[in-house]
Amino acid sequence: MTNYKYLLLRRFTQIGLLVLYFGANAYGWSLLTGNLSSSSILGIIPLSDPFAVLQMLAAGAVLSIDVLLGAVILAFFYGIIGGRAFCSWVCPVNMVTDAAHWLRRKLYIDKIERKVWASRNIRYYMVVIALIVSFVSGMAAFEIISPITILNRGVIFGFGAGVGLLIAIFLFDLFVLKNGWCGHVCPLGGVHSMIGRYGLLQVDHNHDNCTLCMKCKDVCPEVQVLGMIGKRSEAVEKPECTNCGRCIDVCDDDALGFHIRNVLNKK
Amino acid sequence: MSNTKKPIISDRRRFFTNVAHNAGLGLMGGLLWAGYANKAHSSIMTLRPPGALSEKDFLRSCIKCGLCAEACLHRDSNIDSETGLPRPSTLKMAKANEDVTIGTPYFVAADVPCFMCEDIPCVPVCPTGALDAESLKDDKGEFDIYKMDMGIAVVDPNSCIAFWGIQCDACYRVCPLLDEAIMLEYNRNERTGKHAFLIPVIDMNVCTGCGLCEKACVTEKPAIFMQPREIALGYPGDHYVKGWDKKDEARIAQVSTDDKDLVTETKRSDKDPTDYLNEGVSFD
Repeated sequence: MTNYKYLLLRRFTQIGLLVLYFGANAYGWSLLTGNLSSSSILGIIPLSDPFAVLQMLAAGAVLSIDVLLGAVILAFFYGIIGGRAFCSWVCPVNMVTDAAHWLRRKLYIDKIERKVWASRNIRYYMVVIALIVSFVSGMAAFEIISPITILNRGVIFGFGAGVGLLIAIFLFDLFVLKNGWCGHVCPLGGVHSMIGRYGLLQVDHNHDNCTLCMKCKDVCPEVQVLGMIGKRSEAVEKPECTNCGRCIDVCDDDALGFHIRNVLNKK
Repeated sequence: MSNTKKPIISDRRRFFTNVAHNAGLGLMGGLLWAGYANKAHSSIMTLRPPGALSEKDFLRSCIKCGLCAEACLHRDSNIDSETGLPRPSTLKMAKANEDVTIGTPYFVAADVPCFMCEDIPCVPVCPTGALDAESLKDDKGEFDIYKMDMGIAVVDPNSCIAFWGIQCDACYRVCPLLDEAIMLEYNRNERTGKHAFLIPVIDMNVCTGCGLCEKACVTEKPAIFMQPREIALGYPGDHYVKGWDKKDEARIAQVSTDDKDLVTETKRSDKDPTDYLNEGVSFD
């Protein structure tokens, strides 16, 4: 019996945030205004995308305290939670790439197509290139091509031709590379891997309960982080884990669960 | 002898090939990306919100959050009294297919002009300083709509019907800085001998480029329209000074005279102007 608890919770936070942002523009709600690049809670607490701010600094912008403070707040928030919580619980593009991943499984594309090699580390190179291009062009480089902001702004202000990029990413993930965008390319995911490296929330594997059904590896968007499945009882330590909890949902044997990292007395 | 024997690849070769592979892919991606980024600038005709930094600095600093556009939409003065809902916002967030850097705020005066709200709600919400509130404040630290400069109105005298002698003062009457940004110049109409031309004249020091006049213009394609100040205005330089204007004359004091590149004697100074001006011209 597949469980949908965390999947539904994630969709709730992802869509809920989009609804709040949409309502702020359409109806003047003040709880959360702006968008994922930079927003404001009740017009008081600033929140800013740390990666966008880094790119702007690389581009040579002189920024106000507000946006710097907002970036620090969000970096701490995601840093304490841990994993790439932004990617699976907040980012709207996750819904696009999850849909592609789901359709891949339904169409047995992985079973038919030959493997395409691509490093999971491309995203970290992308972070560096984004900062260099920002410096050279004098403009936050990822922010002008980011499907995340295009989707996010699209919901709030209308899509325009930006919808083409989202379809392209869906098709890329479906036909070119499994988990291509979120799992290989997206530099924002790379930044969040680094931010959440030592966060509190982790997925823990209990080897004694595992029946080696491998359902978790089937659904996991970052399958390399589940290297310990069926081998050892240990927590997911690799930084690319998005803490999406999908593996916990599909596990029928109680072999996976969230736990809080033991920061005080490490082995 | 066997042709199918695999070549031996040393660790060193593997290492250098991997380095070349990664560096090459990174450079390829970076070049494509930088190529796009260099062309992703806005059209030079883009009108930015009030208080926007110079376009170059604006593109550096704008985080594309849309708080200015939301503040514009929900400004107090924007509620339609019939529906109780806000009318369309002046500020729009550029979409991928538009001629403005994606995600940045701009406005099209012919669609929805800027209404020049006294409290300038779009500016203080900017989290990054891309819209500079200080540039719009007077000595007392209060917002002053006279300090806005989104652009400037330009009149096409050929299509403006007031230049034909037809009485129209739509732009003059709608101007928020009435009789200051647009003034009417009264000229005698020699054709009829008994009428006046009421010619709209823009004061470039006052006009903010809000675009209300463009929206109000009665001609099919507006004869008065907004252009960014950098496009519409010239600059006379330091050589020409209004000697009769004390304020303008003060500019001389600021002109640097120890500029090493400043040359007043050139090669042709040896000759008489009547000679060198006619050089190369044949009169047959």
